Amino acid sequence: MPLLSTLARLEAVRAGRAQPLATVRHRHLSDNPLVLVPLTTAGEAGAPLGALVGTDRNEPRVFVIPQPRDRDLRWAFLADLAVHVLAHIEAYADDVEPAERSETDPETGKRVKVETELCVDAPQLIVPSRAGIEYVRLLGRSMRFRRTAEEDPDNPYPAPSRVPLLGRWFTHLGERARVPGSSMLVSATDLLSRHWATGQSNLEDQHLGALLAWIDPPAGRSGAEAALRAELGRDEHGQLLCPPAGPATDPAFDNRLLAPAIARYDAARAALAAGPGDDDREVRTAERAVRRLVVDQMSSTWRATWEAIDLLRALPPGERAEERWTRDRWSYTGHRDRVRAGEPPQPRRDDAVTAAQKLATRETEQVRLDAQEALDDPLVMAGRRLAGEAFAGEVTGVVMEWTESKRPSPRPLVTVSTQDRPQLADGGAAKVYRSLDGRPQSAQFVRFEEDGQVVLRLLDKMGRGRDPEPGSVPEEGDRVCWTLFEHDARGGPKLPDPERTPWTHGGPPGSGAAVHLPDAVTDEDIL
Amino acid sequence: MTPVSAPAAFDPGAAAARATAAILHDTLHGTERGVVVDSPPGAGKSTLVVRASRELAAAGRRLMVVAQTNAQVDDLVLRLAAKDPELRVGRLHSSEGDSYDPALRELPSVTLSAKPGDLAELPITISTAAKWAYVKDVEPWQHAIVDEAYQMRSDALLAVAGLFERALFVGDPGQLDPFSVVGAEQWAGLSYDPSASAVSTLLAHNPQLPQHRLPVSWRLPATAAPLVSRAFYPYTQFRSGTGPGERKLSYGVASDGSGPDRVLDEAAEAGWGLLELPARHTPRTDPEAVGAVARVVRRALDRGAVTCDEQSSGPVALTADRIAVGTAHRDQAAAVRAALASLGVGGVTVDTANRLQGREYDLTVVLHPLSGRPDATAFHLETGRLCVLASRHRHACVVVARAGIAELLDDHPSTEPVQLGVTVKFPDGWEANHSVLAHLAEHRVSWRP
Repeated sequence: MPLLSTLARLEAVRAGRAQPLATVRHRHLSDNPLVLVPLTTAGEAGAPLGALVGTDRNEPRVFVIPQPRDRDLRWAFLADLAVHVLAHIEAYADDVEPAERSETDPETGKRVKVETELCVDAPQLIVPSRAGIEYVRLLGRSMRFRRTAEEDPDNPYPAPSRVPLLGRWFTHLGERARVPGSSMLVSATDLLSRHWATGQSNLEDQHLGALLAWIDPPAGRSGAEAALRAELGRDEHGQLLCPPAGPATDPAFDNRLLAPAIARYDAARAALAAGPGDDDREVRTAERAVRRLVVDQMSSTWRATWEAIDLLRALPPGERAEERWTRDRWSYTGHRDRVRAGEPPQPRRDDAVTAAQKLATRETEQVRLDAQEALDDPLVMAGRRLAGEAFAGEVTGVVMEWTESKRPSPRPLVTVSTQDRPQLADGGAAKVYRSLDGRPQSAQFVRFEEDGQVVLRLLDKMGRGRDPEPGSVPEEGDRVCWTLFEHDARGGPKLPDPERTPWTHGGPPGSGAAVHLPDAVTDEDIL
Repeated sequence: MTPVSAPAAFDPGAAAARATAAILHDTLHGTERGVVVDSPPGAGKSTLVVRASRELAAAGRRLMVVAQTNAQVDDLVLRLAAKDPELRVGRLHSSEGDSYDPALRELPSVTLSAKPGDLAELPITISTAAKWAYVKDVEPWQHAIVDEAYQMRSDALLAVAGLFERALFVGDPGQLDPFSVVGAEQWAGLSYDPSASAVSTLLAHNPQLPQHRLPVSWRLPATAAPLVSRAFYPYTQFRSGTGPGERKLSYGVASDGSGPDRVLDEAAEAGWGLLELPARHTPRTDPEAVGAVARVVRRALDRGAVTCDEQSSGPVALTADRIAVGTAHRDQAAAVRAALASLGVGGVTVDTANRLQGREYDLTVVLHPLSGRPDATAFHLETGRLCVLASRHRHACVVVARAGIAELLDDHPSTEPVQLGVTVKFPDGWEANHSVLAHLAEHRVSWRP
């Protein structure tokens, strides 16, 4: 953990409430996010118990499955969910703006600009906790390979029509959530713990109730007390005062409340099926009882998630967070196009090339995110300065020098007095960067003076003439902040097409050289 | 396999020559597309690469050499030029200015270019994996040598493997594994996991490839090879090229009885020394431990250390450039540099394990990765990190650490999740740390600065 976060946590303990880790909001927050609070059934993977979904905090759409192990009910639930969630996701699909994208021309092999369209906004899905993101991914995996009656008329158990499509979108969101700095699918706990340090461990921060208790403790209570109550407090019936953010439920709730209610529902259904008569009043009563219980569990998490959104909205947005959101919009537009083009669902496992491409993208985005957060936020930059990866100080001298050529260009020497201790080594000729009107200007480290001042040689962004453009060279007395890291990230080289996977990586997918997987997939394997 | 308890007649030169001959035979005349060579620290990997390059070139095979860093590439070019000044070598470099050693410009046999087209006709072209990855639409090379293949990531190999028909992969499996700054768990267990090492992907897909091993470490002294071999290469043991007593480290000035002097004496005697400071939880840049490291270096120079070994006829003074300080983190290295500067010591290499890989010194001083820590994370327990730090020296290695590391290890057994389909690496860092520590304990000097 960086030293500054450790310090913030210690200060949080002493102050009894969370301390800020950021002065701006480093993630895009949609004006109209879709909040999804799912609950799952213990003991069965991918068996939802219910969900609250919606963009209006006062009117969540409520879904409850009275018998989660009944697969007909499960698929009916997923069909309902698909209609509701897809309506939100697809609402952004047709509002587009013209854009340019560089592509490789198949004939010449050159990079060329292509006119294309970009969705002006993209959906944002917010779940309460990181486990919720995993759950979205799991549901995506369970749905995207299902076949509808239209796709496969002979299938004895066709999936409801919109379900596979929701599976593909959930899968896309789940993969996108792994890209550093992406905001299409985020969890409230991750968002909050990026911006505040509590006096508890990272693991404990995964409890949304406890995390909120630290950030915004009720009057008269310390964050630690409130967090403890959120985590462990139980009522006279032994039920948690603050139910877990899910998707897993509390065992005490499962055993004492949920199991008997589901048993009553099962009994009522069995009685109805056994006849005589077709009075389903008992069944509906039992169903309502289950529903009440599950909604009760979910609604405090629903409120907590919106509370988290309010807290984050209060922070001013980071300047470069919007640029990262544009990448999310590209990702959304790209997946929209793949769906429209009738491409098959994402494969069960990435092939070698796709895996390498994804890893490269994520590493690039991580570098970009680290740099952009520091540039957007002096508090984050302070952490980088403390780590010796940046330094700030006052310019104490500028000496004009020029390159030796027919058309000399300016290469002024700038001396900076700083209290920071950047990790620069004499003779290293390392490059440093500063932001000049949002664009990076680079300089070369020349030497440390006896008294620790840093001497730099400016290299660029000074115009074409012999004399630097006004404002492009700092003047004596200016405050400057230089970073040892670059301000933008460069993508890696282009990888071969999957059908040209080399022999070292098993050849093209599906070829004989490909290695068999350790656990073979069976027909039954729908997850 | 080299017998572990070899008879007295073990001839390191002959054993190494046999291994090299077999490797070259498979490379030049074998039927498989790849050959893998595992090389323990200082076993003559670079020599092998130079020799194989020359033989492949002599056989008329157009050769590309893939190394991991610019420094490694430049080093190889210089070695090739020194061995065979007539052999024409292309050094492909990045288009951004001075990414190569200016000394290469002086070599008449070396062509420097940022464009692969300029070098296409040369018998040998050398560059980094990162630069090779941008080479597209060219006639594939007949042969490649991939150096430091265990430090190359699988995705880097994917980007360049289309450029060659056959390849010799050389590397040290005991050093630091490649890593990724983002999570790559979703591909764990896949044969082509992009974050795994190039060799593990290669062998998962081509298990029939011949695998060789260099049996002799020419760098490590007789005092170090058994420990490093046992702790880090338990199933593929190697021996030192020199026998006990063939290398000597001594000082012109007698000990002043202080901790640093006593640990230097112990290291001169036994090849290892542990300078143990009182147990304490400290920040990473523990000022006392950093100060102790600097003090040890200063005293080694002040006391006029002299080395005797098989490479020189008489005693040679130990100079600052033959000493290295190894740390786990960059801020620790920076702190040691500052401490050395304040003691008036210059010219000593101070770097992290990652950057010391492949380098060689007479004396190394190591700040133990677990010194002063309250916990033992996977990073600090990584086998390769300790292996790199403990295997850079030709004469002696001094480790500086806070007391209590053994207890710390016992409190923090490895807890990394086990992934299906991932080959478990032996030994794990926990085990290796314990065996090194047990050995160091025999050469312990306790000291309160």
